[in-house]
Amino acid sequence: MTKVSEAPKARLERPVHPAPKEGRRLPFIVEFYGSAVAKKWLMAVTGIMLMGFVFAHMVGNLKLYFGEKSLNHYAEWLKEIGEPIFPRTGLLWILRFVLLGAVVVHIVSAAQLTRMNRRARPDRYQAPRDYAAATFASRTMRWTGVIVALFVVYHLMDLTWGVGGAEWTSGEVYQNIINSFERWPIAIVYIVANLALGVHLYHGGWSMFQSLGWNNGKFNDWRRMFAIGFATIVVVGNVSMPLMVVTGVVN
Amino acid sequence: MKVTLTVWRQPGPTATGKFETYEVDEVSEDMSFLELFDVLNDRLVGKGEEPVAFDHDCREGICGSCSMMINGRPHGPELGTATCQLHMRKFQDGAKITVEPWRAAAFPIVRDLVVDRSAFDRIVESGGYITAPTGSAPDGNLILIPKAVADSAMDAAQCIGCGACVAACPNGAANLFTAAKIMHLNLLPQGQPERWERVTNMVQTMERYFGSCTNHGECQTACPKEISIDFIALMNRDYIKAQFKQRRLASQRG
Repeated sequence: MTKVSEAPKARLERPVHPAPKEGRRLPFIVEFYGSAVAKKWLMAVTGIMLMGFVFAHMVGNLKLYFGEKSLNHYAEWLKEIGEPIFPRTGLLWILRFVLLGAVVVHIVSAAQLTRMNRRARPDRYQAPRDYAAATFASRTMRWTGVIVALFVVYHLMDLTWGVGGAEWTSGEVYQNIINSFERWPIAIVYIVANLALGVHLYHGGWSMFQSLGWNNGKFNDWRRMFAIGFATIVVVGNVSMPLMVVTGVVN
Repeated sequence: MKVTLTVWRQPGPTATGKFETYEVDEVSEDMSFLELFDVLNDRLVGKGEEPVAFDHDCREGICGSCSMMINGRPHGPELGTATCQLHMRKFQDGAKITVEPWRAAAFPIVRDLVVDRSAFDRIVESGGYITAPTGSAPDGNLILIPKAVADSAMDAAQCIGCGACVAACPNGAANLFTAAKIMHLNLLPQGQPERWERVTNMVQTMERYFGSCTNHGECQTACPKEISIDFIALMNRDYIKAQFKQRRLASQRG
């Protein structure tokens, strides 16, 4: 007969996350950020900002298909937007810092929530799990997110700072893109990273509605369709460019 | 019919557990899954072995005691079914079935398949109540409630607190449980006075014990009462609103 090693105590449960300190109240924004529900809300808000950027970036770059003059003119206009109330490139820099802020909030929240979730289940299931609802996209958000973040760093090095290895001249956007995408390994990197972005958007584009609490029987079915449509448009637009250049359709 | 059960055996909270395999024959297909364990335990006791400890009480799907991870799914493969109402006819003759306890930091294993779910009580204590006048019972229908609201509150109130949502969640989050316990009160007029306090306190208590929601949707599939993750969205909205709400105006609508 197996011996019972110890009698069950009346209460075993212990909080795994520290309680907020009593007494001194922290500034509202700090207290707000302390909650996981609020972090997810912030991830949704910053996610929408980043989706807006990704979409505008994709649409703008489709000027690649209208020729060198059109794309370079668009790139020049980006530096001029907001003039004359803002100095040249003024609004562009404001937008860049807003985006950078959104990226930081999105990634830091994700990292902190991941740690919280790991602590919430320190012992994994010993037998295989049979997932019924979680999708490939929802289960790989952390990986697709990291892939996209690393890609963005390379993308900036390649086409903004000109240190990606290809011949690069400031302002010659069209030629810089051709020079970069003509290298087929780089074209594959761009394509794979954008597929990862698509998978990330497939879950994120739906999940944000839940995190924001936008739930209404009248449009709930559209939330998934929105995510699929948005991810598809962004992926098709973005993947087409390296694909067309590497296959020699655009040169 | 005959089944091969692989069951998690763990003599105590801090002891090391391991899977043990038992062949159980002469199983009636009309047995519930808990009755299968009754039969197994009878035979184990007959052989002088320690029976498998598992939680059970009403055996009619309303108490929320039974808690088994069956073949990698909380409460087994049937949708909208607690372990006690899962019948052996849902399994093939000769099936291999693996049974594990819920696993979450907030649900420590007491013994074998029994886990301590008191963390749920901490959440409910922090706001799962209303202030009501004592004294004689008020007239029925004194407070009018639209049918759609009553139905929705009832859907949330079906939660039996079994913990399948936490067990199913890849993040070990209790958002479905907490959302159900908050929203069945927040939807109704009787729940309005404490509405913003309730959602703030219950969410913050939940976050001390559990993980966070990443909207996989595993919880609503595992829920024996099929409670929808729509309630999680409603809870999120109420929580964010509560943080920005000017509390002195709390009795105003919207």
